[in-house]
Order: sequence, then C-alpha cells, then structure tokens
Amino acid sequence: MVEIDNVDFAYGKRAILKGISLNVPKGKVVAIMGGSGCGKTTLLRLIGGQLIASKGRVLVGGQDVGTLDAEAMYAMRRKMGMLFQFGALFTDMSVFDNVAFQLREHTDLPEEMIRDLVLMKLDAVGLRGTAKLFPAELSGGMARRVALARAVALDPMLIMYDEPFAGLDPISLAVVGQTIRRLNDALGATSILVTHDVVESLQIVDYLYFVSGGKIVGHGTPDEIRNSEEPFIRQFVRAELDGPTPFHYPAGDYANELGLSPAALRAK
Amino acid sequence: MIKALRSLGSRGIDTIWRGGAMARFFWMVLMSSGISFRRFRLTIREIYFAGVMSLVIIMVSGLFVGMVLGLQGFETLQKYGAQETMGVLVALSLVRELGPVVSALLFASRAGSAITAEIGLMKATEQLKAMDMMAIDPIARVVAPRFWAGVISMPLLAALFSAMGIFGGYIVGVALIDIDPGVFWSNMQAAVDFRYDVLNGFVKSFVFGVAVSIIATFEGFDADPTAEGVSRATTRTVVTAALTVLLLDLILTAFMLRGIH
Repeated sequence: MVEIDNVDFAYGKRAILKGISLNVPKGKVVAIMGGSGCGKTTLLRLIGGQLIASKGRVLVGGQDVGTLDAEAMYAMRRKMGMLFQFGALFTDMSVFDNVAFQLREHTDLPEEMIRDLVLMKLDAVGLRGTAKLFPAELSGGMARRVALARAVALDPMLIMYDEPFAGLDPISLAVVGQTIRRLNDALGATSILVTHDVVESLQIVDYLYFVSGGKIVGHGTPDEIRNSEEPFIRQFVRAELDGPTPFHYPAGDYANELGLSPAALRAK
Repeated sequence: MIKALRSLGSRGIDTIWRGGAMARFFWMVLMSSGISFRRFRLTIREIYFAGVMSLVIIMVSGLFVGMVLGLQGFETLQKYGAQETMGVLVALSLVRELGPVVSALLFASRAGSAITAEIGLMKATEQLKAMDMMAIDPIARVVAPRFWAGVISMPLLAALFSAMGIFGGYIVGVALIDIDPGVFWSNMQAAVDFRYDVLNGFVKSFVFGVAVSIIATFEGFDADPTAEGVSRATTRTVVTAALTVLLLDLILTAFMLRGIH
C-alpha cells in the first residue's frame, strides 16, 4: 500500500531523513517509532503529500506522491484519513458536524443518510452520545476518538495516526489503541501509526520500524522487537537512560563553560 | 551604523516580500472564490459574524460622530450666519469621508482582528492542515467566504454609519438647536450629489472592504502557529489595515476630486 524508497528530506540545511526505505503492506497496522524530533511526523507528511521528498520516491497505492498535481493529490487524499496529534477538531462545529464535514463536502448524500453514517461512525468509537457536544466539552481521549471517527468518515484505504496516544490516561490510551486496531480490521484499511508509546504499540500493531538520526535503525514484528538486541531498539523498548541516544545534547566542555577549566582558573 | 543600515534594509526587504506574498494570496483567494458564491450560505454565515456583529459599534459610533459634527459645524457656521447649512456639512463630511473611513477603521478593529485571530488559531491547532489532508482547500473553504463577507459588509456598514451620523446631526440641529427640519433636509438634498458624493463614498468603502478583508485573512493565514504569533498577527492586522485605509483614502480622494473639476 505504501512504499518509501530511499527518501531524503531536509528543512533548509537541516537534514531530517537520510535514505529511508520502508514498506507498509495492505491491511496491516504498522508503527513508526523513534524519539521526539527524529522525523516520524515528517514521514507521515511525506506520505500525505504535505511535504515532498528531496530524493527518492514515496508511493501510495502505486502512485508517486511527489509527481502528483494539486487535483491528483486531492483525489489521493480522499482515500486517506489522518488523525492529528491533538485531534485538530473544528472548534466552531459540534461533534456531529465534525464527523459529517467530509461527507457533506465530498458527497451529495441526503442529510438523513449522512446522519445515519455519522451516528454509525460515532458508535464505532463509543461516542454516539456526544453528537451534540462541542470539542471544548470533550476530554482529551474523547476528542481523539471523535477525530478518529472523522478520519474514517469516508472509509479510507489508508489511515495515518500522528502520536495517537500522546497525553492520554491509561484507560483512554487502551481504548484508542483497541479502536485503531478494530477499525482497521473492520474497514479492511491499512494503518500507519507514528508514536513513541512502545507498550501500547506492541499490543496492537503487526510490524514496527524504528527511526533514529534520520535512518531506519531496526524493524520487525512485535515479538522480534521485544527480543531484539539491537542497541537502539533495546534502549527504546526498555526505556534505558543512556545508549545510542545519549542523555546529553551535544555541548561544549562543561568545566570550561563554568569557568573551571585549568586555563580559566590560571587566568583568574 | 552598518548594523542600523542592515536592519533597515532587512525590514525593507521583509516588507516588500510580505507585500508580494499578500498579492499572491489575494490572487489565490480570487481564484478560489467559486465556493463562496455557489454555497452562499457559507458567506452569509461569515457576514453575520463580521457584519451583523459589528452593527452596534458602527451605529453608535456613527450617531455620536454625526452629533459632534453637528455641534462643531453649528459653532463655526453661525459666525457666518450659515447655520441652516449645517445638515449639508454633516451629510457631505459623512458620505464622502467619515462614513467610509471611520467605519473601515472600526471594521478593521472589530471584525478584522477577529478574522485574523480565528484563522490564526485554526492554523495553530492544525485545523487548516486537517482540512487540507481531507482534500478540502482551506483558502476556498475558510478564507474566501470570510474575505467576501468583509467585502460585502463594508459598504453596507459605511452606509449605516453615514445614515446614523446624519440622524445624529438632525438630532443636534433640529431637536437641540432648533433649525427648521424642512430647511435642514432640503439644503442637504440640494447639496449632496448622488454620483459624486454617494457613489464615490460607496466606491471608497468597497475598496476599503477589499483591503481590510485581505489584510485580515492574510495575517491570520500567515501567522506563526503559536499564541504569541496569533497575537502579533492580530496587532499587525489593525495597524496595517488602518494605515492602508488612510493611504487609499488619500489616493482615492485625489482621483475623485479631480473628477469634479
């Protein structure tokens, strides 16, 4: 369904992704994991066509995203759903109108049918009772589930999740995780999760990729990842303080910066 | 010295760059305006928020400005025994200048800043990005209806401002100072020309509507997606719109006066 082939991407001179290649088969739930700022969300934006790779190809359903014009890009995005990190619900619309938004914009369905579809989507995420509420009246977990219902409103072939578990309590986290898996299987879709929540991801995904320093540093099924001895994966999965990802951000000599180096002391 | 020159140059380039970006944005809004008219209820909704919600400030301000004009005009005109022409002074001042200009300044502060803040916050909370990912163009769906709502509302608000101002002048002149109402209205009717006064005032308010609306929507769309960025964009909208309205007024007035002679 999604194939990323030797992709480079940089924001100005700052290289984010360096020669990344990965494959997401149809019908699977795949997680892309890595520390904050490692380029996970950039990967999602490349797949969605919001960014264009400076080198390599991003194929979605066989189409090269980098070569599509605006019309073809929008046609492709109609087959995609995306859940943003904090839901990105339209704050001036009710929950019902948020989920109905794409149906009203992209289809000519009668309002009664839209109503039934919206209630079915909301029921699938367990929030049919919130239809009349506004986003400001929802908890973080509920907002994420409404956004999930909105993302699948048009039954997309590809669903992308940007940090779906960030900031959720354990119950909401488990509910969102299970809903992602259930919806993917029910819709026969393909899902890509960008996250750093190891525990929840290992329970619901079929395959995982680990990104560090702009490269894929490991991949495998949940069982392979649990037993991996690859240093980065080990550090990440077991939440070890030090390892290939150092605790300290690169900086100059500590003693020197405090004015305690022998040379500085001599000068005093 | 070099540092100051460099800073001045950098500001100059930045201003030119923003002007170019705004012109390009204006073109994109015009090209994406189909939906604003095909689904006119989207524009109507924004007219309610931008126009109808500005009615109170526009009407009350218009009334007070007209009353002040009446009082000031009367004081000067009576020295020359021309107090009967107070209505003319009030009407011409309002229809030609104060109606379009003051209502545009009030509109920029009340509705323009709100439009900028709303679009800026939608950007900061990724709502515009989400819309784009749903294959819905945010310029067509969010920006264009707000732009056209501003363009449509502005001349109507300016007309209401002028009408309320004339009513304020009437209260002062006829009710307080005791000018004959027949003289008040007939002098005004005789002196105010539809083509040169009313129509020119309408043209001004239309141009101001375009300017204020494009500045407000551009600043929101271009805002840094942070609380501070939205706050700065809102301030920029009010300042830029006010200065643009005054500059455009000077240019338009120069052209329109030349038309009279």
